[in-house]
Amino acid sequence: MTKNYNVQEMIDKNKSNSSNTIEKLIPTILFLITSISILATIAILYILASESIEFFRRIPFIDFITGTDWRPYSGDAQYGIWALISGTFRIVIIAAIFAMPIGLGAAIYLSEYSSDTIRRIIKPILEVLAGVPTVVYGYFAINFVTPILRSIWSEVDLFNAISPGIVVGIMIIPMIASLSEDAMSSVPRAMREGSYGMGATKIETTFKVVIPAAISGIMASFVLAISRAIGETMIVSIAAGSNPNFSLDITSTLQTMTAFIVQITSGDTAFGTDIYYSLYAVGLTLFFFTFLMNMISIWISKRFREEY
Amino acid sequence: MGLIDKKIIDNKRTSRLFWNNTAMVVFFLCTLVGLLVLAMLIYDTLNDGLRFLRWDFITNFASARNVEVSGFYGAIIGSLWLMLVTAPVAIILSVSTALYLEEYARKGRVTDFIKINISNLAGVPSVVFGLLGLGLFVRAMSMGNSVLAAGLTLALMILPVIAVASQEAIRAVPSSVREASIGMGATKWQTVSRIVLPAAIPGIITGIILALSRAIGETAPLVVIGVPTTLLRTPSSVMDPFQAMPMQIYSWVKMPQHDFSDLAATGIIVLLAILLAMNSVAIFIRNKFSRKY
Repeated sequence: MTKNYNVQEMIDKNKSNSSNTIEKLIPTILFLITSISILATIAILYILASESIEFFRRIPFIDFITGTDWRPYSGDAQYGIWALISGTFRIVIIAAIFAMPIGLGAAIYLSEYSSDTIRRIIKPILEVLAGVPTVVYGYFAINFVTPILRSIWSEVDLFNAISPGIVVGIMIIPMIASLSEDAMSSVPRAMREGSYGMGATKIETTFKVVIPAAISGIMASFVLAISRAIGETMIVSIAAGSNPNFSLDITSTLQTMTAFIVQITSGDTAFGTDIYYSLYAVGLTLFFFTFLMNMISIWISKRFREEY
Repeated sequence: MGLIDKKIIDNKRTSRLFWNNTAMVVFFLCTLVGLLVLAMLIYDTLNDGLRFLRWDFITNFASARNVEVSGFYGAIIGSLWLMLVTAPVAIILSVSTALYLEEYARKGRVTDFIKINISNLAGVPSVVFGLLGLGLFVRAMSMGNSVLAAGLTLALMILPVIAVASQEAIRAVPSSVREASIGMGATKWQTVSRIVLPAAIPGIITGIILALSRAIGETAPLVVIGVPTTLLRTPSSVMDPFQAMPMQIYSWVKMPQHDFSDLAATGIIVLLAILLAMNSVAIFIRNKFSRKY
């Protein structure tokens, strides 16, 4: 008597119902967890918007968006956002002037000139620099950079824009360096060799071939770094002071949008006051600027990307 | 004399070669700026903070009056509690997100939207995450300034970091490995959980450690949530208020007396030592366990 085996039946029998249910459930579960990241964005927008609307019910939107005076504590309180924006702007400009050339220079050195050994030593150090907490940078700004600045330039106050600006610049150097280096390393070797073959030197090749080819990545790294500088909080809270003013003065105290949020929340501001709701209006403005920057960076890397 | 006179060519190239070499030196100096700053930063903190670095500093609570007996104990324990909440939540959320996007998601608008959303979330300033925590966890869900509220806020903040690192690690697993597993009759989930995930785990763990070391040093969201600066006890549940290392350093930096600023430097030494240890582990795992296909 022979027994007939049916392979198809055996497979079906082994595929138990429970494992089938798992197979069907897993994608749904994973999708639900994934959607939490979207919920987080929606929650940020909802909270910023709903509390800001309450703020604009009390303070006219037009005063907020056109005013240049930010005096929430005074008798006739003024909420003119431009005083805070001008503070953020000064810090970001100083940081960008300091960090962009140095970051790009480091990227060029790492991608075009250095040997593998040097790269293997320097890249982890840049990673460490990128991982230093911002409160530590704040300490460094107020206790190291500011005294040096004040000893060589006597007009500089204890709280000023230059010192935190430079330190924010130091903070974003690793970001510019590593993102730009990635962009330049991905330019194919053949293009460089073509240029060398025509008799160009390394620096000529770098500026006329490699950088134009990698420009989308480099620009995107600049924009992302600026976005990071706009949102930087602790360095400016510690070293830039808390006196909002609408000017271009870099030697005296100022306040950025982020530093205002920290100043108010670290005090005892009562829930439900105008000042409490102003936090969210400032937060919304801050979110708007960084969101704009991130969108520009995504657009740049899509629009100007050269595929090889 | 050969066909090409090297002398003439070199004469014509002198200025170009000069610029080439000058530029190389300039770029090298740019690279050194980072190293130099790191050295100055470490020198400065050691110089200011070493004198308070005693065993007492690790075992005492912070004191706002006496620098000599003030310590970091509450802050260290508080940060540990914080990570106990942040780590599991962030890992579950972000690794699942990465698995879904890399293994299950179909190409299309929804997937593109999720990806853009994650890269945007990565660009949101930490202080805005603090406002989210304040509005959502502290007030709307009435968790107060507890470990849970702060931990969840930080978990959302580092979600994109771990998700992107995990996606890269999963993408690095070659499709031939997946096809071999499917070809042997394994189901999709069996392939993902027994083949892809184990192969990607070193990259994922590296991403997790780097993200946690960012979370442990983050100050701004904690200030916004309202983490207290002086607290003379450690939490006993996730609903208790707590202290955290960066928060304590910040409050010391802000104190007018110079001694407290030096105490902040001592705190920074401890914090940086912990971060350095975490980073070393991450680099070790990356170098030791990462498989090349």
